[in-house]
Amino acid sequence: MSGYVASLLSVIGINMILALSLNIITGFCGQVSLGHAAFYGIGAYTAAYLSKLGVPLLLTLSAGTAMAGLIGVAVGLTSLRVRHDFLAVTTMGIGFVFLGFVRKQKWLGAELGISGIPAPGLDPLAYALLIAVAAASVIAFSLWIKRSWMGFTFDAVADDEDAARTVGVNVPAYKLTAFGIGTALAGLAGGLYVYFARIILPDTFDFVQSIAILTMVVIGGTGSVWGVVASTVALTLLPEVSRAASDYRLLIFGGMLILVMRFSPGGLAGMARSFLGSKRARRRAVP
Amino acid sequence: MYFVELGVKGLVYGCMYAMMAVGLTLVYGLLRILHIAHAGVFALGAFIAVVVANETGSLALGFALAIVVSAVAGVAIYRFAYQPLLGHAAFVPMIVSIGIFIVMQEAFRMVFGAYGIAFDYNPYYTATVDLAGIRLNYVEIAMVVAATVLLVGFGLFASLTRAGVGWRATVSDPQMATSFGVDPVRVRYLNFIFGSGLAGIAGALVGLLNNYVEPTMGALVSYKALAIIVLGGLGSVRGTLIASLILGVVESYGTIYLADIFDRDAIGFLFLIVVLMVRPQGLLGRG
Repeated sequence: MSGYVASLLSVIGINMILALSLNIITGFCGQVSLGHAAFYGIGAYTAAYLSKLGVPLLLTLSAGTAMAGLIGVAVGLTSLRVRHDFLAVTTMGIGFVFLGFVRKQKWLGAELGISGIPAPGLDPLAYALLIAVAAASVIAFSLWIKRSWMGFTFDAVADDEDAARTVGVNVPAYKLTAFGIGTALAGLAGGLYVYFARIILPDTFDFVQSIAILTMVVIGGTGSVWGVVASTVALTLLPEVSRAASDYRLLIFGGMLILVMRFSPGGLAGMARSFLGSKRARRRAVP
Repeated sequence: MYFVELGVKGLVYGCMYAMMAVGLTLVYGLLRILHIAHAGVFALGAFIAVVVANETGSLALGFALAIVVSAVAGVAIYRFAYQPLLGHAAFVPMIVSIGIFIVMQEAFRMVFGAYGIAFDYNPYYTATVDLAGIRLNYVEIAMVVAATVLLVGFGLFASLTRAGVGWRATVSDPQMATSFGVDPVRVRYLNFIFGSGLAGIAGALVGLLNNYVEPTMGALVSYKALAIIVLGGLGSVRGTLIASLILGVVESYGTIYLADIFDRDAIGFLFLIVVLMVRPQGLLGRG
């Protein structure tokens, strides 16, 4: 039982870091990315490769984070050249290039991925707690960014890039920062996943994974930290709660994307806000 | 000779991409939506063709129904998903489109089974013709002929008929066109009927070419079609046609010469990213 709880906690924690990291790029800074799983994969492959060489846990995790962040900044450079829909398709392309590259590399296990990864040296529950602490730190970090000067600037860039430039915001620097932070955190999630799963396959980091991460962000409410946290927990637990939900997981994800966007583009956070808003309005109406 | 043959095969693939990508460009040009669900329409056409052909024994009937059903599906997607969202930020309809695509793909899996269906009677993909030393099968020739006839036909329609001129006027300036008496809603329906019908034919032909139809067959083609319309400069039909043929040829050579580094699917996107870094507005886009 505790093994089940530990694995559930680990999966929720990893998904939460992934969703929050994309939320920094797409939610805070307004840069749509359809290839986030690639950075998850870069972190995972870096950590897995180093762990097989006997490098200790903390070093492999940092290396995975750094590698994903570095490549993320390089990819962020494309966001300076192309915008909006061009950027969405370009980031999607980066996902395919990453996968196409990894699949052909014999030293990365090609189609078979990397297996036989050493244990993290902690029992599963302690490792799950480590992931939970990491996830909690990412939540705190996200909340801090949102309230900081940087968060306001991200907002301005997301809202209207040209207007932000006019008032003297260094738009390229902030975009690169968002990409750097977001992709580095995805790399961290990848490293954490490596020691949890002990085997990685290229398909774990495919386009469907990118869409799954985006689904969590969008359903939670793009840009809302607590909304994304709530939707990650709900969407991760959903397949565990009912057998039917696990068989039709993708169908439910797709259906939810359509319904949420159609009726509440602000996601769960938007729904909560309008619910609280109408309640407050009613209270005010009663003298 | 081998070199030339690769080029010709590339052009055949380019024709298939063109039939797929033109529908996407038409939608983007008119509504500024990345119509990812187009992949579902493509696969729907293929399934209808294979099921009807196997049940009735008539391939012609299969193709006819594939066109009709795809066109209806495209119009339904516009009417029930995109039309209510036209005023929203661009990523809202895009995410709905992803949702529709996922739902369609899962629905195919449930209705037609996960393992795909083969044509009972399909002599065309083994029967080959020798054209000056280059061997092509009947389906490949049909692909080139269909793409040429349909796209030239569309070009004539757009430049010679009243409805075609109205359509072009709406793409370049919807408000002005409306005030001159063009019905924008009719233009949009026309747009989805033509684009989706084309995708249905492409799907049915690809089904014949592989002699196999499966739920996920639309995915890769449509991702590449997205890359193509970006490459062509988003919304430019001429750019899309050129980009389709170029991508087909680049992939054809790339698969041979880059086989050790990247797989086939990565090559197209790698090419896209390289081109976008040099020309962020695409090959023929306005800068």
